[in-house]
Amino acid sequence: MMNYIWSGMMLLSLMIAMWNGRLDATMQAAFESANNAIATVLGFIGVTALWTGLMRIAEKSGLVRVFSRIIRPLGRLIFPNLPPDSAAFSAISMNMVANILGLANAATPLGLTAMRELQKRNHSPNRASDEMCTFVVLNTASIQLIPSTLIGIRASFGSAAPSEIILPVWVVSLLTATVGLTITHWCNKRSGVRHA
Amino acid sequence: MLNAISLISSFAMPAMVCLILVWGLRSGTEVYSCFLEGATDGLKIGFQILPPIIGLLVAIGMFRASGALDLVTFALKPITDFLHFPPEVVPFALLRPMSGGGSLALATDLFRTHGTDSFIGRAVSVMMGSTETTFYTLAVYFGAVGITQIRHTVKCALLADFTGIFLSIWVCFAIFGA
Repeated sequence: MMNYIWSGMMLLSLMIAMWNGRLDATMQAAFESANNAIATVLGFIGVTALWTGLMRIAEKSGLVRVFSRIIRPLGRLIFPNLPPDSAAFSAISMNMVANILGLANAATPLGLTAMRELQKRNHSPNRASDEMCTFVVLNTASIQLIPSTLIGIRASFGSAAPSEIILPVWVVSLLTATVGLTITHWCNKRSGVRHA
Repeated sequence: MLNAISLISSFAMPAMVCLILVWGLRSGTEVYSCFLEGATDGLKIGFQILPPIIGLLVAIGMFRASGALDLVTFALKPITDFLHFPPEVVPFALLRPMSGGGSLALATDLFRTHGTDSFIGRAVSVMMGSTETTFYTLAVYFGAVGITQIRHTVKCALLADFTGIFLSIWVCFAIFGA
């Protein structure tokens, strides 16, 4: 997919530039952008490192476990058919906490553990179970307490209030996840007859 | 209203830092060496996204300088006008579910041209923070357990993404004004 989008954008640009007589300007923009990319990433990488460092402390000190106990009721609400003492349920709660805290490195392995646990409970190994559908849709919605990379980028571009978007991000994430989960539950129910 | 929002937004981070440090010290964790370990990982992530950002920012820069972006924006104007959607954000919204690096590059490009504190800058920030690289997540999670029939997940996840993108515009408009 990215092969075509990426090369297509450049080839189309070159064709239009030829037609516009902007070939020089376009190539100039290419070189400038390449250097800008380095400056951009260097501008926010420090903030990213700061948060991954802090989050590592949260992981090691057991704060993540405490959080995962706090969100248990939410997990029961989203996965009503999953026993709360199952390995799948605990992997799912840990993954949710890792996502909320922005522990990208921990969230994916925990999520994959959860998928493997859900697969053990799945009756048809090629077909996603209801819980898997719900869990994956939950992971495609981003619910993050502190969107640190984003704040770092905003700061590096000279924002007067880099963190002012936190509350709007919470509102939109929660509503988006709710919509996603509601639709998924509805679809699960509608197609769940074969899959009792 | 705006004061309360910026107060909550600006207290979220210091409160988090406090909680992590106090909890870490109380539980007897080696907080400083843990921090260094995590920060090293963070730097690795940063350098990993560098090559895709270079590749995509070059493509975006060319797309804009050649006039292709103006052409696309012009062509989509009737639709975006009808939906009250800022046309500059359309490429970002389309790329968001497909490529994390690509949408990040487009977002920084919008920050550079419009500023982070403009309406477009804020709306793109909220979109970036409240959505994920949907197709990547689907591929990794289902791929890991060999599931091929993924049923309604793509439809549901993309509907959620569309909701997030439109809500970002409305919420930013409601909170910050145009």
